[in-house]
Amino acid sequence: MTSYNEQVPPASGAAGLAGVAARDTVAPRARRRFSADLSALGEPALWGFGGALALGIIMIAVFLAAVLYNGATTFWPKPIDRVELTDGSVIAGTERRGTIFRPQLGSLDDETRAEVEANDGFAFRTLYQTANFDLYGDDFQWVADYEVENITQPEDFYYFERQTWGVFIGRIVGMTIDGQEMDYDPAVFSREQAAARDRFREIRRIERREIGGINYLIERERLAQRRAVIRQGEEAAAADIAASQARIAELQAEFQELQARVNEIRAQDRNFTVVLEEVGGRQITPEISQIVRFFPANTIGFLDKLGIYFSRWWEFVSAEPREANTQGGVMPAIFGTVAMTLLMVVFVAPFGVITALYLREYAKQGRVTSIVRISVNNLAGVPSIVYGVFGLGFFAYAMGGTIDQLFYPEALPNPTFGKGGILWASLTLALLTVPVVIVATEEALAAVPRSMREGSLACGASKWQTIRYVVLPKALPGIMTGMILAMARGAGEVAPLMLVGVVKLAPALPIDGFAPFIHLDRSFMHLGFHIFDVGFQSRNSEAGKPMVFVTTLLLLALIVVMNATAIIIRNRLKRKYATGQF
Amino acid sequence: MQDTIEFEPTAYHIKKSNEGAALDIKDFNLWYGEKQALFDNNLEIQKGQVTALIGPSGCGKSTLLRCLNRMNDLVDDLRIEGQITVDGFDIYAKGVDVIALRKRMGMVFQKPNPFAMSIYDNITYPLRVDGVTKKSILDETVERALQQSALWDEAKDRLNDSALGLSGGQQQRLCIARAVASDPEVLLMDEPCSALDPIATARIEDLIEELKGTYTIVIVTHSMAQAARVSDNTAFMYLGRLIEYGDTDTIFTNPRKSRTNDYVTGRFG
Repeated sequence: MTSYNEQVPPASGAAGLAGVAARDTVAPRARRRFSADLSALGEPALWGFGGALALGIIMIAVFLAAVLYNGATTFWPKPIDRVELTDGSVIAGTERRGTIFRPQLGSLDDETRAEVEANDGFAFRTLYQTANFDLYGDDFQWVADYEVENITQPEDFYYFERQTWGVFIGRIVGMTIDGQEMDYDPAVFSREQAAARDRFREIRRIERREIGGINYLIERERLAQRRAVIRQGEEAAAADIAASQARIAELQAEFQELQARVNEIRAQDRNFTVVLEEVGGRQITPEISQIVRFFPANTIGFLDKLGIYFSRWWEFVSAEPREANTQGGVMPAIFGTVAMTLLMVVFVAPFGVITALYLREYAKQGRVTSIVRISVNNLAGVPSIVYGVFGLGFFAYAMGGTIDQLFYPEALPNPTFGKGGILWASLTLALLTVPVVIVATEEALAAVPRSMREGSLACGASKWQTIRYVVLPKALPGIMTGMILAMARGAGEVAPLMLVGVVKLAPALPIDGFAPFIHLDRSFMHLGFHIFDVGFQSRNSEAGKPMVFVTTLLLLALIVVMNATAIIIRNRLKRKYATGQF
Repeated sequence: MQDTIEFEPTAYHIKKSNEGAALDIKDFNLWYGEKQALFDNNLEIQKGQVTALIGPSGCGKSTLLRCLNRMNDLVDDLRIEGQITVDGFDIYAKGVDVIALRKRMGMVFQKPNPFAMSIYDNITYPLRVDGVTKKSILDETVERALQQSALWDEAKDRLNDSALGLSGGQQQRLCIARAVASDPEVLLMDEPCSALDPIATARIEDLIEELKGTYTIVIVTHSMAQAARVSDNTAFMYLGRLIEYGDTDTIFTNPRKSRTNDYVTGRFG
């Protein structure tokens, strides 16, 4: 710095010249030059830019790390602590998290109070998942450090995940196999539990698939009868109705048969029970089939833990939710999210691209196009819930209501399309994301050099041929980028969906084995809404909290996968159009 | 109407003559909005010959060239007066099929502008937009056009590679191949060598020499040496006006107008 300054004459100004003349010192000049150099080089601005980037990256990294850590550790089996408290009571549970708190000093004995006061009135407490909701009325209990007498990890404590009532923590004291009471035997119990789960799945399969299918068909017959009456009149339809009644009778006979089989399996299932005892000595006797998964949390080895970890992940991505969504899987939500997003792309891609093409290539550039362009850009700033309201009012009630009047009068007053559904949800999101696609497409089209178009026109190509063969291929990667942005935005959106078709628990997927196979009128589950529901709307938000992280992780992963697929397709297209024939 | 519709849309481009077409520009005026860019231009371009348009920057030579195949139609706010005829037919008359017109006129631009396709697809582009799909015709055209543009030896083994992988000079020769692929009668060249090095420029000039006779060539150039080397006739333009037009030797050695003399001897411009 000094040497540099010495080579450069001082800045103009009487003070600088006077300083040189009077004292010939370097110091005052150095100070003046220093600031001038910095701003000239843009150095402070550069720190600002770099700092902003670093801050952004740090925030994203912290967020991702939090989601990753919490999401990845949720399913890891944790040991069970048996905690004896100073008041003589005993609890058993797995440690959830710890925090400092400010106890009410009046309720403490002298010794503890002194201890807490020495700590500025703060103490540490731990949240235990004590489970056994059916016995305790709560799943969790806070335990302050000063209340703890003794903590042990008894080997005979098991962690049971149940079909209903959530987790049970306790010991196995006996079991009844096929009506025979006997002592607990791990090998026999494991075998019987697997068999009992098979029975359970069989019951569920019959109820859901077969009985559900019969119900669906009976409902269809009923609707067909009503339609016949509406279309042809009561008397003309009499023959059709009689035939339909016969079919219904047949279906009902089938239904009875299946119901009898279910009852039989149920009765058999009741002969297989297990006696579980919680830490306080109270016992319950559930059917073995109720136990989804069980393991001795304190003696289990690393490999077994790993097995449980992955089996829980597998259940999470492949099974239906249970216990008000706080346990089980999210398969219907994954399915709903992907189906809705793909459907949205199907709507938004042609619509946005065609709009942008007209706006950029064909419309006369003037005040009207400017107004349209500004309006489109402003659409991107409308709160998404407003789109939800619009979707509900316009798509579901107005359009759906009309469709119901015209095509599904027999089901009224029950709406078919006149309520939220996957079709209306994806249309609403298409509307929400179309500005992104239009803006990106316009940019991409504008970036195609004029010389390319002129080259094509000079070859005797028409305007449409020029757009089709030269402009669009060149703009395609840019258009795909817009599509990817729209997809990411659409897949992560929740607020408008709550109005136009997302539900907490959908009874059936939008695609199934009954004609017409794709049911666009059905409501669906969505990972984003699942996060909101589990974290903030469930009876037991503490139990749902880990699921929030896991579901967020899954949603992020899903968006990454969808985006990566789109990017791969984009690069393929880029290569294809670089050398392609047409 | 009947007599003005000369360029009927055809599935296949039909070449009208094997020696090129004569162009006649009569009392041609052109305005960009309020600003007049061309003033009363009169120019008769001989068939089968090379005509150079020279003049300082902004004199309107490119504008005039782009009027010959109506590329200026793309510009908003453009107004013209006067007449341009190709073999006697007015190209600015009502009802003229501009696309058919452009199929009779190949054009080469200042900067090479190959499409982001293979070399093969670039050359066959004018035929394919014309509806030609027969592989044998396309193959034949590719070979002929590449040979005419002296690119065949370099490109014959990589016809399916991207045209963007070629060097600048090769790309410009590819653009010439593309321009001659539909076998036009007129070749319009808008400073075709301005982005090229001397060796590539020499090749393009040789090419022009070879194509002479088969096509009517109109070339806009900044280089007087180039105009002197390649052209039969030269037109000198200044500030939108055609100052002098005659055969190249006369313009460069014995011009009638003093301004032409000043320009060709390098005293201004």
